Amino acid sequence: MRPLTEDETRTFFEKLSKYIGENIRLLIDRPDGTYCFRLHKDRVYYVSEHIMKRAANVSRENLISMGTCFGKFTKTGKFRLHITALDFLAPYAKYKIWVKPGAEQTFLYGNHILKSGLGRITESTSQYQGVVVYSMSDIPLGFGVAAKSTQECRRTDPMSIVCFHQADIGEYIRAEDTLT
Amino acid sequence: MVALFPLKSVIIIIIIIMATVEDVLESVTQSQASKYKTIEVQKDIEPQLDLGNLLTVDQNPLDLKKLRGDKEAYLKSQARDNTQLLFNAIWKLPTERVEEAICVKLPETTTVLPREKPIPKAKLQTKWEQYALLKGIQKRKKGRMVWDEEAKDWRPRWGYKRANDETKDWVIEVPGNADPNEDQFEKRMKAKKERVAKNELQRLRNIARGTKSKVPGVGLTPTEKPSKEEVGLALHLAKKSTASLGKFTEKLPKEKEAKHVGKKRKFEPAIGDFKKEKEQQLNIINVMENKKPKMDITKAVNRVMTEVDQEASSDDRRKRAGKVKNRRGPPRKKGSGGFGKKGSGGFGKKGKAGKGKGAKGMGGKGKGMGGKGKGKGKGR
Repeated sequence: MRPLTEDETRTFFEKLSKYIGENIRLLIDRPDGTYCFRLHKDRVYYVSEHIMKRAANVSRENLISMGTCFGKFTKTGKFRLHITALDFLAPYAKYKIWVKPGAEQTFLYGNHILKSGLGRITESTSQYQGVVVYSMSDIPLGFGVAAKSTQECRRTDPMSIVCFHQADIGEYIRAEDTLT
Repeated sequence: MVALFPLKSVIIIIIIIMATVEDVLESVTQSQASKYKTIEVQKDIEPQLDLGNLLTVDQNPLDLKKLRGDKEAYLKSQARDNTQLLFNAIWKLPTERVEEAICVKLPETTTVLPREKPIPKAKLQTKWEQYALLKGIQKRKKGRMVWDEEAKDWRPRWGYKRANDETKDWVIEVPGNADPNEDQFEKRMKAKKERVAKNELQRLRNIARGTKSKVPGVGLTPTEKPSKEEVGLALHLAKKSTASLGKFTEKLPKEKEAKHVGKKRKFEPAIGDFKKEKEQQLNIINVMENKKPKMDITKAVNRVMTEVDQEASSDDRRKRAGKVKNRRGPPRKKGSGGFGKKGSGGFGKKGKAGKGKGAKGMGGKGKGMGGKGKGKGKGR
């Protein structure tokens, strides 16, 4: 376990800011205690200081998880967000997509969102903007990338993809063994 | 009973028996001949023989009737005939006896067989060969032995006891501009060693290029005029080339650290200064925000697009509203486009409007007119 280096922090924040913009500040600067990001086995965990200090007592091989896993660094040095980060992405998300009840299931099975399944979308979402996906009853389902801007969404045919799937809460079951 | 036979009849019987014996013998030889088939085989098309491979290729068509009958026997007989032909041809070759065995030397093969292994790849050209090919430099054969003027003898061009060996000179004239204290013999030896080392490196480089591996031992290569960086690297390597990896190598008072030298990665402690960590992270966020372009082009384009959309829709509404108000002066541009909406809209009002237009629009274009006509009908 170690803090992120500057380069790692930058790539991590750049990825995170695609979803929550400058709200990362709120994650770092918390009034209710000290929270930090720690790297362990290529995964980035968001932990409170107290838990982290306790976790430091566990040897590297034995430590499986601590706090919340935000995602992992790939072997090529890119950062990939995991579904476990949704709890922190959803409240601060800048751009959102609401999915119609009929299309919820296909999204939760790992499919992209088609125009036909699109309930609502945040105004002025640009193309390739990271978005958090909600059900119509405002339950966060996952996140993805807007395949089309809000403007383009209005014009396209119902079978075209509006949001590329990245992670969904179905992964808690599908990828149970790899999520930490 | 025999004794009762007269002599004449006995003789006749004997003759008959003799005749039957001859018959039997003949029939036996015939049956044997039919059992051991003749070595002569008749074929419509001469089969192709490849004695080198002991191969016969029979291109005669198979007799379908026989093939359908006793297939096995027919094929066997065909095989036998062809083998017979092969052996006939072999027996025609000159034979010799080797230790009680009759031997035949088979001729060269004529059938081309595909090779088992892939064709070996062409050897990779060395850098010089590439260059020579580009410049059209031909290889010239040089004799191995060279005349040595001093020894009055033929000596090898290179290697041990080579001709005109400059390192073996017993006296060298010191050049006018040279340092008188410099050892000219040592200088020559050193130059020779450098040349050998350079050649060795180039050889290894060529191999490395061929196998796409790294050139071994590239720390410092002999160069004519080393650059500042090369000298720096040489210094760094020399300093580190001790048993203790340069730990005790003395430093000059104001010596600078060597550039482009591997850095050891260093991490902050897991439990360190949290305040500092937070500040650093906030700093990174600030820098990221400052880097962002002030104007988001896609966003701006989107905004313009929305404005255009809104204007267009509001224009539409106004126009429609205008049409209803002053029926007399409608712009007669939109033919079918306007019609669809009208049809789906309230019937009564537009029907009335259609009535008015219909009368006016008789001279208009076909499509527009037809549309309006419909509206009119519905209205009524």
